[in-house]
Amino acid sequence: MLKKTFNKIYDTDIGYSFFNSKIAVISTTILFIILLCSVFAGVVSPYNPFDPASVSLMDAFTPPSWSEGGSSSFILGTDQQGRDMFSTIIYGSRISLIVGFASILFAMTLGVFLGVTAGYIGGKYEIVVMRITDVQLTIPSILMALLVNGIAKSFISQSMHSDMAIYVLIFAIGISEWPQFARVSRASTLVEKNKEYVSASRIIGLSNILIMFKHILPNILRPLLVIATIGLALAIITESTLSFLGVGVPPTTPSLGTLIRFGNSFLFSGEWWITFFPAIFLIVLALSINLLGDWMRDALNPKLKIR
Amino acid sequence: MSFLEVKNLNISYPTRKETIVASKDVEFTLERGEILGIVGESGSGKSTIANAIINLIDPPGEITSGSIKIDNYELRDNEELIQKIRGKKIGFVFQDPQTSLNPLFKIKDQLIETIQTHLNLNYQDALKKSIQLLEEVGIDNAEKRIEDYPHQFSGGMRQRVVIALAISCEPDLIIADEPTTALDVSIQHQILELLKDLTKKRNLGVIIITHDMGVIAETTDKVIVMRHGLIVEQGDTKELLTNPKSNEARSLVISVPPTNKKIDRFRLISPDGKEITSDSKNLTKKIIKTWGVREKNKDKKVLQLAGVTKIFDDKSLISNFSFGSKNESTNKVEKAVDNVSFELFEGETLGLVGESGSGKSTIAKIITGLVRPSNGEIFYNDISLYNSKRKYQIDKSRGQIQMIFQDPYSSLNPRFKVRDIISEPIKLFQKNINKNELTQNLYDLIDIVGMSRQSLDRYPHEFSGGQRQRISIARALATRPSLLICDEPTSALDVSIQAQVLNLLKDIQDELHLTMLFISHDLPVIRQMCNRIVVLKNGSICETKESEELFNNPSHPYTKELIRLMPKIESII
Repeated sequence: MLKKTFNKIYDTDIGYSFFNSKIAVISTTILFIILLCSVFAGVVSPYNPFDPASVSLMDAFTPPSWSEGGSSSFILGTDQQGRDMFSTIIYGSRISLIVGFASILFAMTLGVFLGVTAGYIGGKYEIVVMRITDVQLTIPSILMALLVNGIAKSFISQSMHSDMAIYVLIFAIGISEWPQFARVSRASTLVEKNKEYVSASRIIGLSNILIMFKHILPNILRPLLVIATIGLALAIITESTLSFLGVGVPPTTPSLGTLIRFGNSFLFSGEWWITFFPAIFLIVLALSINLLGDWMRDALNPKLKIR
Repeated sequence: MSFLEVKNLNISYPTRKETIVASKDVEFTLERGEILGIVGESGSGKSTIANAIINLIDPPGEITSGSIKIDNYELRDNEELIQKIRGKKIGFVFQDPQTSLNPLFKIKDQLIETIQTHLNLNYQDALKKSIQLLEEVGIDNAEKRIEDYPHQFSGGMRQRVVIALAISCEPDLIIADEPTTALDVSIQHQILELLKDLTKKRNLGVIIITHDMGVIAETTDKVIVMRHGLIVEQGDTKELLTNPKSNEARSLVISVPPTNKKIDRFRLISPDGKEITSDSKNLTKKIIKTWGVREKNKDKKVLQLAGVTKIFDDKSLISNFSFGSKNESTNKVEKAVDNVSFELFEGETLGLVGESGSGKSTIAKIITGLVRPSNGEIFYNDISLYNSKRKYQIDKSRGQIQMIFQDPYSSLNPRFKVRDIISEPIKLFQKNINKNELTQNLYDLIDIVGMSRQSLDRYPHEFSGGQRQRISIARALATRPSLLICDEPTSALDVSIQAQVLNLLKDIQDELHLTMLFISHDLPVIRQMCNRIVVLKNGSICETKESEELFNNPSHPYTKELIRLMPKIESII
């Protein structure tokens, strides 16, 4: 049964291309493992780093298990509060992934909606939307996110702040990424809208909303999928950057970026592992997503199809 | 020894799942001064052979065995020799003159570059020769025009330049792959005459690849009929067209719409050689039960166009970004449709015929509300389709006007199953339809267009062009229309498939008393399909006449010219 499904997938062009690309298989495997770990963080990690009962300051600054003074109960060592590095990384990647996925979903929804409507409706509406997109693109995404974060802070009361921080972060990253989606979906919509099946739908009398989102949208999903994948890596990195700068998620629920920031202050005093392992983890995560996106871009491009 | 000898040529394209044989044991010869035609339906391997001769087969395709000899030189796999010969001994004319010239170079530079690569001439001599060549292919004022860029030439002129380029190095062989498919009738005639002329004057061997039997009949001396990579028949053109022996050749010849008389249905040959008579009449009986019998009132005006004009000004084309630039070109006004008036009576087929740019498609778009007219009124059953603000009132026609499109590859949404494609319009017009009724409706429609019921659960890409056009027709019938607009419904199809689809349209019309507006550039097809014909040129009407009257006694000079120049398969029979 399983073999049959596998053969069926292998038989399709995209499946064939996937299983014949080492990079795609490896990066997907890594991503899959990371995803599983962060979803089942409670089961996988040996300690709950946010449970004060399981943390002891006595264990602080334990080096990785294989180096001198290391302990076999802390594989990657501990940080300044005695939290197990391995556990904090897994819990941290959970936060990073949640923020990444949510912000891309937000950016995609907003961007695709504006892009498809702009491409289909055209006229003054299109001009206004696309000029806003252009202006948005001139602002670096980090700056945009910092700006949103700063504004949000002045509105939200101090007590609410740590609860709301993650939503503000998702909004900030999403708002800085949507122009990509708007541009790509507008361009694809312009191509699709001149095809005759769209004319046929108009003659039948379908409403514009139905034509846009039932007929055109499924046909422009391919390029959107590619930029969404690459955008996901970018969103995770942006999140880490913001957290590193101290404007991201609060220290009580650290993401990968927060962990790197904490560790950074101990880098020169010799406790390198506190910043090193989260950083490596972040690199592997972002790289895998990017390589997968690269493969997808080639595989979904009919012009580069190799049989 | 012949000038060109192709022997035992086998070409295959290995793909991941299977190896496609594009040409199998192909053998033919060509002498100087002869024109050889290669015909066949799409995918029969015509172009592959042409590409094999100049060794331009795209990987992963390869020549597996056989030989190609020009003047007894073996060309196969001899890349060095091919480099020297391609362009010098063999000239190539491609299908689309819009893309076969480099838009960034002047005509001059493209000609001189080719000449200097192959002939040992200095710049001045090469320039002189280029001008001579342009004069030879019939470009006026060649000395001046040679400084122009390709976009400054019209389609026909550009194809002349391509031919000039092909003969620039005094080749012995010219291969023309569908050289006139992208051109209008009058230009097609000129280009074919030019090729015939050059063949005689320069004693060239010419291979013309085409799917148009009229072109074959009027230009070639010998003809090869291909199917699935095999030569099914070859011989003298006249002999083969009058007395085709193989079933494939018979089916190609017999399905061609005759230009000299009107027939009731197109003739078709099944693969085993028997003539097929259409039998869809019984099927349409069924739909009448659900649709109700329709009255046919010959005097009732279904559609009326009064003074319809459409102006595409450059402002709207370039879009609204060019603030303040007020040079002449931005104010140029182009009338795509100019004061067009005609009416359609119930149950008739009206033909709209004209060359590209004559505004026939724009008229269809205006009637269906895809484009707004700049002026004029359109009445459907005496109700105006546009309100006072020139907005299309789609609810006025309630799905009664439907359209069949030209390109079967883009007219069906590739992400929808056939079932969803056809049921969408049904659901829209019968809001409370239950599941059983819907299925029954779907079955009726798919039966009528002659497809199997299993095809409902497939996606469009699993069907051929002809089958997709049938699905398109089923979708158009789903709203039970009374007016069907067909915009070049068969121009992308092979002759025998075209005959099937046109027969189907005729059957449906007879049974359901549909009124049809049939748009085409193909005069023989128009003659077979239509009761009355409107001839369009540059957006305005030349004449409107009963169809037989128009072909027998055209009164407008433009119509006369069109009818005189259309390639006629009967010309040699």
